Amino acid sequence: MSTALIAIIIAVIVLVVLAAFFGGVLGFAAVRFKVEGNPIVDQINHLLPQTQCGQCSYPGCKPYAEAIANGEKINKCPPGGEGTIQALADLLGVEPEPLDAEHGAEKAVPTVAVIREDECIGCTKCIQACPVDAILGAAKQMHTVIAEECTGCDLCVEPCPVDCIDMVPVAVDKGSWYWQAPTSGVELIATDKQPASTQPNLSDDQRGAA
Amino acid sequence: MSEYLLILVSTILVNNFVLVQFLGLCPFMGVSNKLETAIGMGAATTFVLTLASVCSYLVYSYILLPFDLAYLKTISFIMVIAVVVGFTEMAIRKTSPLLYRVLGIFLPLITTNCAVLGVALLNIKRDNGFVESILYGFGAAIGFSLVMVLFAAMRERIAVADVPKPFQGSAIAMITAGLMSLAFMGFTGLVSI
Repeated sequence: MSTALIAIIIAVIVLVVLAAFFGGVLGFAAVRFKVEGNPIVDQINHLLPQTQCGQCSYPGCKPYAEAIANGEKINKCPPGGEGTIQALADLLGVEPEPLDAEHGAEKAVPTVAVIREDECIGCTKCIQACPVDAILGAAKQMHTVIAEECTGCDLCVEPCPVDCIDMVPVAVDKGSWYWQAPTSGVELIATDKQPASTQPNLSDDQRGAA
Repeated sequence: MSEYLLILVSTILVNNFVLVQFLGLCPFMGVSNKLETAIGMGAATTFVLTLASVCSYLVYSYILLPFDLAYLKTISFIMVIAVVVGFTEMAIRKTSPLLYRVLGIFLPLITTNCAVLGVALLNIKRDNGFVESILYGFGAAIGFSLVMVLFAAMRERIAVADVPKPFQGSAIAMITAGLMSLAFMGFTGLVSI
């Protein structure tokens, strides 16, 4: 065989061996560095309130977490509110946006559902509606809400044919009280006060009392 | 020893790969919007560049030269770089899914970063030995990361500055990069290598 042909064959063999070796390295790395599931989705889901209410238009918090991982906006969760939006913005490195009003407003206080048992007819419609299975009961039997399980998602209020479900604020006790974060616009310290020139034209008595 | 220091100073400042030799401009422009992203990208590129520089040197000296196949260096180096980048991508995906997601497409794009192939080929051209290749690759990467961090910090400030409408976005970024390049020209003659 001519030397040119031998040279070509050697070149091809060397390239193939190199490629095979590197392929082996990558294959080993693929097994060694295998990633189970999607850790981003789990991190996002951890921040969501787990009410499974569907107000974000997704059937639960995990589907919404998956959607956010695929680029969905983060401002669709009313039960999570501003705190959740801020935490998601920090996690994902995006700008926090105000809560999207078309998905509902943030509640002032957390609420749970309570069934007025005198009026309950035992139709099981609310049991079918509850996403976290917080209603105890059976057909033609009394229904009642297990307060510890209820996430306050409001999904049971609509289906009730006799309208016997109330949303009552959660009783505040030592376990559930929390200090509200200071709202903007409130003057907490002396330097928050506007300088005298911008204050409205008060008399001296009124100004002294401010 | 002093020649190693010379190599480092030369690649980081005097012959900076991004601002003086104008290689690797794609990730330089594309990833420098936020400081954290730029730092992550700099770290990834440092890892890839050093490893690729070493592996290319080894492949060239011990596989290509003995078989008289020096003319295959371009394709072999591309193979080496692609494997190192693939390896880095998998490692980052495992250790920091957030960084992986933020870097996005720019991580596999390190394969096409001309600075990486440039370092590999320049090592051959300058007859660098093993240690010199390592230092050359490492210095190039440090220079790249340094410039990326500086540029990202500036871009974050430009984003909130009062830029005239026709200049907003890429235009002001390019002008800033040009001015930085002018500044780095001041290092010429610092060391002669």
